[in-house]
Amino acid sequence: MKFTLKVWRQKNAKAKGRFETYKIDNISPDTSFLEMIDILNENLIREGKEPVAFDHDCREGICGMCSLYINGRAHGPDDDITTCQLHMRKFKDGDTITIEPWRSAAFPVVKDLVVNRRAFDEILQAGGFINVSGMVPDANNIPISKLDADESMDASACIGCGACVATCKNGSAMLFVAARVSALAKLPQGRVEASQRAKAMVAKMDELGFGACTNTQACEAECPKGISISHIARLNREFLWANLKD
Amino acid sequence: MSNLLFSSIGKKFVVSLSGCFLLIFLLMHLGLNLTALISKESYDAVCHFMDVNPLVQAMVPVLVLGFLVHIIFACNLEFKNWTSRPRNMRYAVPTKTKEVHWSAKNMFVLGVLVIGFLFLHLAHFWSKMQLQHFLGKEGTNAYEILVYQFSQWYYCLIYIVWFIAIYFHVSHGFWSAFQSLGLNNAKWLPRLKVLAKIYALVVLIGYVAIPLYFFFCKSCCCQAAAECSAMMLQ
Repeated sequence: MKFTLKVWRQKNAKAKGRFETYKIDNISPDTSFLEMIDILNENLIREGKEPVAFDHDCREGICGMCSLYINGRAHGPDDDITTCQLHMRKFKDGDTITIEPWRSAAFPVVKDLVVNRRAFDEILQAGGFINVSGMVPDANNIPISKLDADESMDASACIGCGACVATCKNGSAMLFVAARVSALAKLPQGRVEASQRAKAMVAKMDELGFGACTNTQACEAECPKGISISHIARLNREFLWANLKD
Repeated sequence: MSNLLFSSIGKKFVVSLSGCFLLIFLLMHLGLNLTALISKESYDAVCHFMDVNPLVQAMVPVLVLGFLVHIIFACNLEFKNWTSRPRNMRYAVPTKTKEVHWSAKNMFVLGVLVIGFLFLHLAHFWSKMQLQHFLGKEGTNAYEILVYQFSQWYYCLIYIVWFIAIYFHVSHGFWSAFQSLGLNNAKWLPRLKVLAKIYALVVLIGYVAIPLYFFFCKSCCCQAAAECSAMMLQ
C-alpha cells in the first residue's frame, strides 16, 4: 500500500510547529500504524533527516502511551482501540493521512507528536489512591456485589491515554477523573475516602487548566476502552454531595 | 461548600439548576399561551391573572435572576473552556467523532440565539403587556398584540426560528442537566434522552402552533372578512 503522510513536526515545546508531507510505499495491510511510522523513520534516518518523535510503549493497547490524532480522530478511524492496535488495512491504498499530536492547553507538545501528559499524574497524586494505615486487609475478606465489582472494573479499564481530553472540544479531563473516582468509590476500601478524593482530584483538574464538561459524549465515543459517561455522573454526585455536606 | 461555586462542577451545578427552573417556566408559559387558541376571553383572563396575582409578581424578579444566573455561569464556563482549547490548538482535520450531536457542540451559539430573540420577544410582547401593569399604566390588549404581531409573516418566521433554536438547546440541556446534577446512570441515560426529545418537541410544537394559528386562521380570516365587507359595501 502507498500513503501520503502529513505529519506535525515541532522541534521543541517553544518552537512553532508545521506539517511536513512524506510519501511512503510498500506497506503491508497488516502493518500496525506505529510500525508504519517506524518504517517512515527508518527511511528518514537513511536520508539523513530527523525521525518523527512519537510516544509508544507496550504496543498491545494497555499502557496508554500512544497518542496520535489521525485524520480527525483520536487513535484513528477504528473504534475502541489505541493507535498501536490500528492497522493499515483500515485505510485505502493511496490515502492521505494527517497525523497530529493531542491538542490541549494542559497537554503541551514536547516534540513532534509527543505531548506532556504529566497533568494526569498530578491529578492522580492529588487523590487517585487509597490510604492504608496499619495492616493491609486481605481484599478477599470483604465481599463485594458482582454489579459493583463489574462497574469498578469497567472504570478501571482507563489507561490514561488522554484521548478524552484530545477529543473534547473543551479539553476536559472529566472522563479520566471520573473513571478513577468511580473505580475506587465502588469498592468498600475506596468508598471511605470517596468524598475527599473527588474534591481533591477535581480541584487539581481545574487548577491544571482542563476545561469543564459540557456532556457532548465525544470522550466516551473515542475512549479506546469504552468508558461510559455514567462515571462522570457519579463523579458529579460524589463531588456535589461532598461539598454540600461541608 | 464555599469552594463549590469556584469549581467547574459547581458552576455546572448552578447552570443545571437554573436550567431546570427555566425548563419549568417554559412549560408553564406554554400552558398560558395555548389558552389563546381557545378564545380571546380565556387568554385575556389568563393575562389579567398574570398582571394582578401577587405570587406571579413576586416570581418575575426570581425568573429574571434565573435567566441571569444561567447566562452568567454558562458564559463563565464557556470562556474558561476557550482557554483550555485555544484557537491555536485546533486540529488541522476537524474532529470526526460520529456520535456527537450537533446541538451538544453548539449550546453556546444556540444560547446566544435564544437570548437575542428573547429580547425581541420582550420588546414586542412583555413590555406592552405585563410591564405596563407593573408601571401602573393600562397595557394594550394582549390578544390584540398577538393578532397584530402574528399577522406579519416575517415575525412568525423569526418566532419559529427562535423556537427551533430553543428545541435544539433544550433537547441537549434537559438530559445534560440531570447528568451534571449527578442524577444519571447507564440505565437512565437513554431514558433521559427520550424524555428530553419529548419535552423539546412539546415545546416546539406548542409554541410554533400559536403564530401559525394566528397567521393562517386569524389573519387570513380577518383579511378575508375585511375584503368581504369591503365588497358588500361596494
